[in-house]
Amino acid sequence: MELQAVLMAAGGGSRMTDLTYNTPKAMLPVGNKPVIWYSLNLLERVGFEEVIVITTKEVQKMMSTDPKIKEVKVKLDVVCIQEDGDMGTADALRHIQQKIKTDILVLSCDLITDVALHEVVDLFRAHGATMAMLMSKTHEFTETVPGQKGKKKTAEQRDFVGVDHSGKRLLFMANEADLEDGLSIRKSIMRKHPRMHIKTGLVDAHLYCLKKAVVDFLAENKSISSIRGELVPYLVRKQFSKVNSSKIKEDTDDQSQKNSDSLAHQELLKSSEDENLLQLAQERSCWNDHRGDMSEAYHGGKLRCYVHIMDQGLCFRVNTLASYIEANRLAPKLFEEPAVHPSAVISERCQMGSDSIIGEKCQIADKTSIKRATIGNYTAIKEKVKVANSIIMHHVTIEEGCNIQGSVICSHAVIGRGADLKYCLVGNGQRIEAESERTNEVIVGTDQLMEI
Amino acid sequence: MADSGVTDGPDQKNDIEQAKNDGRELTKEEKQRLRKEKKQQKKNKEKKEDKAPQESVKEKPAPSPATAPQPPTQTPQQKVPSALPAPVVAGPDAETGAASEKATKSKAELKAERRARQEADRASKQQGKKGDGPQAVAGKSKAPPSELQPVVKRLPEHVQVDNPEVLKKLAKKLERQQIPLRSDYGYKVSLFSHLHQYSRKAPLTQQLSIPSTVIHPAIVRLGLQYSQGIVAGSNARSVALLHAFKQVIRDYTTPPNEELSRDLVNKLKPYISFLNQCRPLSASMGNAIKYIKKEISNIPSQYKDKEAKGKLINCIDCYINEKIILAAKAIAKYAIEKISDGDVILVYGCSSLVNNILCEAFEKNRKFRVIVVDSRPRLEGREALRRLVQKGISCTYVLISAVSYILPEVSKVFLGAHALLANGYVMSRVGTSQIALVAKAFNVPVLVCCETYKFCERVQTDSFVSNELDDPDDLIVTRKGKTQLEHWQDVPSLGLLNLVYDVTPPDFVDLVITDLGMIPCTSVPVVLRVKNVDM
Repeated sequence: MELQAVLMAAGGGSRMTDLTYNTPKAMLPVGNKPVIWYSLNLLERVGFEEVIVITTKEVQKMMSTDPKIKEVKVKLDVVCIQEDGDMGTADALRHIQQKIKTDILVLSCDLITDVALHEVVDLFRAHGATMAMLMSKTHEFTETVPGQKGKKKTAEQRDFVGVDHSGKRLLFMANEADLEDGLSIRKSIMRKHPRMHIKTGLVDAHLYCLKKAVVDFLAENKSISSIRGELVPYLVRKQFSKVNSSKIKEDTDDQSQKNSDSLAHQELLKSSEDENLLQLAQERSCWNDHRGDMSEAYHGGKLRCYVHIMDQGLCFRVNTLASYIEANRLAPKLFEEPAVHPSAVISERCQMGSDSIIGEKCQIADKTSIKRATIGNYTAIKEKVKVANSIIMHHVTIEEGCNIQGSVICSHAVIGRGADLKYCLVGNGQRIEAESERTNEVIVGTDQLMEI
Repeated sequence: MADSGVTDGPDQKNDIEQAKNDGRELTKEEKQRLRKEKKQQKKNKEKKEDKAPQESVKEKPAPSPATAPQPPTQTPQQKVPSALPAPVVAGPDAETGAASEKATKSKAELKAERRARQEADRASKQQGKKGDGPQAVAGKSKAPPSELQPVVKRLPEHVQVDNPEVLKKLAKKLERQQIPLRSDYGYKVSLFSHLHQYSRKAPLTQQLSIPSTVIHPAIVRLGLQYSQGIVAGSNARSVALLHAFKQVIRDYTTPPNEELSRDLVNKLKPYISFLNQCRPLSASMGNAIKYIKKEISNIPSQYKDKEAKGKLINCIDCYINEKIILAAKAIAKYAIEKISDGDVILVYGCSSLVNNILCEAFEKNRKFRVIVVDSRPRLEGREALRRLVQKGISCTYVLISAVSYILPEVSKVFLGAHALLANGYVMSRVGTSQIALVAKAFNVPVLVCCETYKFCERVQTDSFVSNELDDPDDLIVTRKGKTQLEHWQDVPSLGLLNLVYDVTPPDFVDLVITDLGMIPCTSVPVVLRVKNVDM
């Protein structure tokens, strides 16, 4: 078997608590399908037959009842972990180390993309890489986000990603938060790769191909708890560190810390059988990945990290409110599905734009106008309602005469008659009283406010 | 030139008479030519589809003694500027054609009888069905239909890309083996439209499922490395192939009610087709595969899985050790005898064997310097330059356009080979024959270094018949921000050709250094014969 897929679905959605305090992030509806469906669909399309899903019990319960998930043909091996949020992604990998028999492809459940996955995996295969990941150019979010005062964008922590001249080999990765007084690049990197392109406008898709040796390494090193936060920068750094031969290790006694480090390095570089044959083939081959200096292919380094940067196509992660809204706008375009579910009951005098999506068993009454909206399943919309640029989740009731613009209305909410909502976020199960006018507000229940 | 056998007849008759009149010593030539004419007359009566391209694929152990006396007689004549050289050179080719026909006629007769019976059976079955080509139909459609015995010469399918029936057959075969078909890319120059041309930007893995289940992951990795050029060079490709096969054998389990010796060979067939689709197999790889298949079929049936697998892995290790590693050492030993102090050695491209020889010679304290000749688009010479300079050898680097400029300085030329063909031709990277030609013109000795496992039973006299077309987009280069050929596909009269191999005639090669010793180019068939007896 070549690759095992691991889907991380236990995340709490800490950057969009308003949406996730009742629905776990993995099951938030995007285009009337749960977010996790998109990753499962990607894996299924590409040809995976089994996926290990790491998630919480709540999500597992919701997945077992969701009809869309039932349509997915891959076999799901669900592993439940505690919900308290202490477990990082790397901890989760350590947890399932027994199940992992070969190289793995780790995905995050909130990834929506139409990438040709073979591009990432080909880098992993062809260069014998220890890690291959996917990144994409960021798109600007143009929609107004409900609940945000003014147009001020929060200062995003930028990622600095350094790649070599071919754009494939990952040389440097750091987050702005970790760089106190400047970006420092080791001389050994500059000596080997004198031309480096540093990019900041990239979003990490959290899709990684990792060698099995990395999982074994994680099992030994319990200090690493997050893949993206700790493991990836560690691997990128380790590409250029010197490998101490075993003789040197036995020298000084205060090398104990370095010993464990280099031991870890050796663990990562554990050679496969027939390493000498591979070495012979590489020696006899007249190929080199760089030119201009005297070293052999890959500078003799065994640890290699590669990145595939997508410049066309969709790739984003649904981890903030803004991206959630953007996802609802773009995700349905990925699939050729009818915008209106066949079981929805739509009266004839309803004006519906072509870019709206109506879910299952909806009831839309006369004289309504629905433009650029996503309406969830089992939602009832009464007469004379205007819905524009909004996301309405499942089981929502909207009484007559409402005007909803640019808002997100979570499941089971009830909007009273004549309400006028602009750029609001209505939390789960909330009631908006009739004739109320709200602009740019986040309306959630009082119990949720206590969680901070 | 290749189909000279039929057309040059009248010209040669005139030349024989001319020779008689001139009183030159061409008696041996003359006799051979008369003999050949008689054979041709006989041949013309019986078979009509023996065209030269098909001749090149036949196995011909016989013509080598015929060709052996030819080269010495040719050289004095080449100095004579008359119309003779053309027919003289054409002569041996026709000779070989005629001699081969005589040798294979008896075999061919038997084959023909069997085929006639099969045709009759098939014809009776296929009445009403659309005759979608068995090989016989494809063979016949190329040649004028013969009345008596349709002797079918099988062309390999990779040189029949412009024949839609062959393509259909190939597609069916790949479908059966569940391997995706790689489609050709771009406009092909008409002279080479019978060969595949793929694009590197469209890898075969696009159409495969990601955890590849049909094809072993080691083979997928290997195919990717071939198509991207990460593993390039005859030796490297063979070693990588054998490494991948070792992994396949390790992961293999015999299904119930099957025998390892038969099932494993069947398992390997789709993998080989896959690798062929990624990049056409080299001669060395072909020989390695033949060896493995033979070893697998020779596993006695009472061996258990574990023993059998252990034995096979051992065989592979031995093969690599003997044929590649030790052979390299032996060749280096012989070659070092030929390198003397003060030599200026010319090498072309990056041949792992030649680099090995030069490094070993340097270690043995021979004083020489090297001129590395390079060519676009591969620019492999840079890698050779790096390896030699790293050792400390003083090198000069030129492009192939400057070869005639630096040749006066050169004392020897060392060339590597991709394969050595049965008629003594050397198949190597494109440009090698040019180097050999210019070296010959300057009277510089040309030494070809080649291990015996690269000897191949094919025969080719030109580089058109069977070659490899690389990605034409490799020829596009960006200089000062401008890419002139970027939209070459939009220009209807423009075709880009990126050849990989060419063949060098044995007259330009002075010596072949193999692990068996230093042999002349024309002794290749002898080696092949001896090897076949051994195996």
